[in-house]
Amino acid sequence: MAVDGATLGRRLRERDTAAAPAALNLIEDRSPAGREQAAALLGEVSPGALGGEAPAHLIGVTGPPGAGKSSLLSALVDLWRGRDRTVAVLAVDPSSKRSGGSLLGDRARIDHDPADDGILIRSTAAGTRLGGLAPPTREATQALAAAFDLVVVETVGVGQSETDVEDVSDTVAVVVQPGSGDTLQFLKAGIMEVPDVLVVTKADQGGTALRARRDLAGALGALGCPETPVLAVSSLPPPTGVEELVEALEAHRSRLDVRAVRLRARRMAALADFTAEHGERALRALGGRRAAEAYLADQDPTLDASALGGRLEQRARSSA
Amino acid sequence: MSEHRLPEPDRPWVMRTYAGHSSARESNELYRRNLEKGQTGLSVAFDLPTQTGYDPDHELARGEVGKVGVSIAHKGDMQTLLGGIPLDQMNTSMTINATAAWLLGLYMAVAEENGVDPGRLQGTTQNDIIKEFLSRGTYAFPPAPSMRLIRDMIAFTVDAVPKWNPINVCSYHLQEAGATPVQEIAYSLSTAQAVLDEVRSRVPEDTFPRVFGRISFFVNAGIRFVEEHAKLRALGELWEQLGRERYGVEDPRYLRLRYGVQVNSLGLTESQPENNVIRIVLEALAVTLGRNARARAIQLPAWNEALGLPRPWDQQWSLRIQQILAYETDLLEYPDIFEGSKVMKGLVEELVEGARAEMAVVAEHGGAVEAVDYMKTQLVESHRARIAAIESGEQKVIGQNAFTSTEPSPLREGEDAGIMTVDPGVERAQIEAVETWRSERDAAAVAAALEELTTAARDDSVNVMPATLAAARAGATTGEWAAALREVFGEYRAPTGVSGAAAAPDGAALAELREKVERVSTALGRRIKILVGKPGLDGHSNGAEQIAVRARDAGMDVVYEGIRLSPARIAQAAVQEGVHVVGLSILSGSHRELIPTVLHQLDEAGANVPVVVGGIIPPADEIALLEAGVARVYTPKDFEISRIMGDVVDLVADRYGVAAEAA
Repeated sequence: MAVDGATLGRRLRERDTAAAPAALNLIEDRSPAGREQAAALLGEVSPGALGGEAPAHLIGVTGPPGAGKSSLLSALVDLWRGRDRTVAVLAVDPSSKRSGGSLLGDRARIDHDPADDGILIRSTAAGTRLGGLAPPTREATQALAAAFDLVVVETVGVGQSETDVEDVSDTVAVVVQPGSGDTLQFLKAGIMEVPDVLVVTKADQGGTALRARRDLAGALGALGCPETPVLAVSSLPPPTGVEELVEALEAHRSRLDVRAVRLRARRMAALADFTAEHGERALRALGGRRAAEAYLADQDPTLDASALGGRLEQRARSSA
Repeated sequence: MSEHRLPEPDRPWVMRTYAGHSSARESNELYRRNLEKGQTGLSVAFDLPTQTGYDPDHELARGEVGKVGVSIAHKGDMQTLLGGIPLDQMNTSMTINATAAWLLGLYMAVAEENGVDPGRLQGTTQNDIIKEFLSRGTYAFPPAPSMRLIRDMIAFTVDAVPKWNPINVCSYHLQEAGATPVQEIAYSLSTAQAVLDEVRSRVPEDTFPRVFGRISFFVNAGIRFVEEHAKLRALGELWEQLGRERYGVEDPRYLRLRYGVQVNSLGLTESQPENNVIRIVLEALAVTLGRNARARAIQLPAWNEALGLPRPWDQQWSLRIQQILAYETDLLEYPDIFEGSKVMKGLVEELVEGARAEMAVVAEHGGAVEAVDYMKTQLVESHRARIAAIESGEQKVIGQNAFTSTEPSPLREGEDAGIMTVDPGVERAQIEAVETWRSERDAAAVAAALEELTTAARDDSVNVMPATLAAARAGATTGEWAAALREVFGEYRAPTGVSGAAAAPDGAALAELREKVERVSTALGRRIKILVGKPGLDGHSNGAEQIAVRARDAGMDVVYEGIRLSPARIAQAAVQEGVHVVGLSILSGSHRELIPTVLHQLDEAGANVPVVVGGIIPPADEIALLEAGVARVYTPKDFEISRIMGDVVDLVADRYGVAAEAA
């Protein structure tokens, strides 16, 4: 298939949301020709090409199955679209280990108008790599951030995959339902990193939701993060707490040094990809993790992660 | 008096035919002809817009008006439907769930207009929403307000319409969705328990035994008819126990299991369809043989259900089965013929034990409402196992996977190819009729009644039935009633149950298929991605679910959104998800309208992907769909899902110009 990655990248840069599905197809393409075109696409939406970081707010939404993530997203999407902000949702599902196949059903639960081209929902399988996120998710986020106002990465899990979500998000929101003690335990035990925003769903359940909110706030206080917002929302009509959540997400973003966070994330991702692809031995050939990090810190800060990965490979080849 | 003969033969059960199509007028004519033929009760089939609360002119009603039943949009339609039928003598069963309160309101309003005291009305509203979430798909509101509607109806009818069965707890659709006998018993009893728990606090204590006595069941009977009979005895035993132990009911009149039945459609085949008559007879025996667990009312499917919609003659044939059983055989002359049978006793004990254990699991999940996800997953899994057994030949289906050589069937040779087609002009006529109705009624009175309904719905302590009845009297429409409640209650999508389904056991066929999927995926650059969609209002999702699960097991990425999708939404999903192929499933007969619309929308959206279609699709329609641009059509005779999957992979390879076979 002759798909021109650079053209798709330019269209995204011009905020043509209709180019997004084809761009995502290309990013998922693992064939050599596909990878080449995808690199061209990503080059067109790199900070260098954009003249700075993409203005989109990248939000990670994660939580255990059944916590109400999708209903919450419906309410969020509704509110954002009401304010004329374009939204892309990447819903990441775990895939079947044995067959490699997967069942992706999340888009059904996010209410939206099919005629509205300001909303894109894309389901993707987590694939076989350890950790929570599909390998191309980061690239997809980067591409979508050029065209949409908000890019939401939705993942399932508590405790393990948050670090991955963190790598692709400016703001991470963890969603829990009342009465599930796991998150509380994970937080207390330090298994789970403290998220930027905690959301307790099903606030319509009254007492249990209040209790959950209080317990989480207490745990955060004990961990020295009393300022982390804990919000209660109900997605049942009429939804409550959603505006407050949007404010909390925006407040977090406004306090953030976006450039520094994303630059660090790009470097970490380049290193992780390099190691996953070539192994620890190749890393040692670069002089070890620390040396590789120092090398990355010297590179042009407007390069995207795959370009940085390319630099690492070049260096590994020349030092071999 | 002898111990092995009754002094007087028993009176036969109520004989019905599940019927209704097109308009109220045509259905009324059909009902009157059926009553003339000796049918003793009515069983009203409503079309999907009526069942899900949409008027004929709603976008989602497109292609579905008058298809699987009659369109009833207001009390005028109901009046026409029941014209010339004495309501104080008739026993009417209505297969209606999400909108049950509304249809009962219309039925009562018409009775009043005809001078019949609603207190004398007899009949049943199906009203079992949990099985709609699990299997049948005609729900409208989220679980909690849905349960509240059921509760309000029960609390209302127990005094206002005391001979009405306000709910018919259904195990029927669970079997159609693949349930084993144990699951059927356990899930339907758990549902009844959830309903009773909900009502208990809303009626005076001394009324509650009567409430218990008004709960009836609607069951299924499959081809393993001995075990199926045992299932009904087990259900009766557990029901009585539940009444005594959990609810303290003592009066034996209220403790006796009352059930109606429609026998199995899932096992009816498209291949050699004449064999289905024999299956239906045997299944009818399952629910009539033993007097202690005999059905109160029976309706039988028609031999040609896997081919398309049955004609009046096909339904007459099924009514004759009932009449021969009741009037020609000696079935009704004896006491219970299984009393003292060691085999029957043992079978019943097995089932009672199994069902108790499964009910305990449902209870652990917090009861039937909370356990919908769990039960759905179990059903998808049972159905998967059943299909696998048929595919492998372990479970024999005569004419389909065994003894398949056959003479051509003369039953399909007529001009109509042995099925009925609904005139597509019905939809247009119904739309015009509802528009006329709206323009001629007292608009202010309707607006006030709907306002009243909204107020009642907002307050959980108010019963919605009086406001519903007032809206029916005022001339509100089905769509208006449901829209008012949707506004207050919100909408809902039931779980699809597919993600929890176990992977298919590895076999040579599956391994080969996976290899092919890997090969084609590698050539494509990314994993084959398929969208499985159900356009329209049809909620029969079992087929789509099994296709989705198998596609996953074959190694594809599968986007499955569940039921009730507009063509626009399917097209949008195909584009946004970047799928290689779209599979659509329709069983409601609306394929001729909906599939071309989906194709058109895909074109508009710029999605150049092949579309395959599965469902109950007559040969003439198959040709039309292929001409409209559908790549493949699969019908019930294509029961080997792995073969369908292989075919779809070939199609994808061909369309995208990559090799499907190893070099």
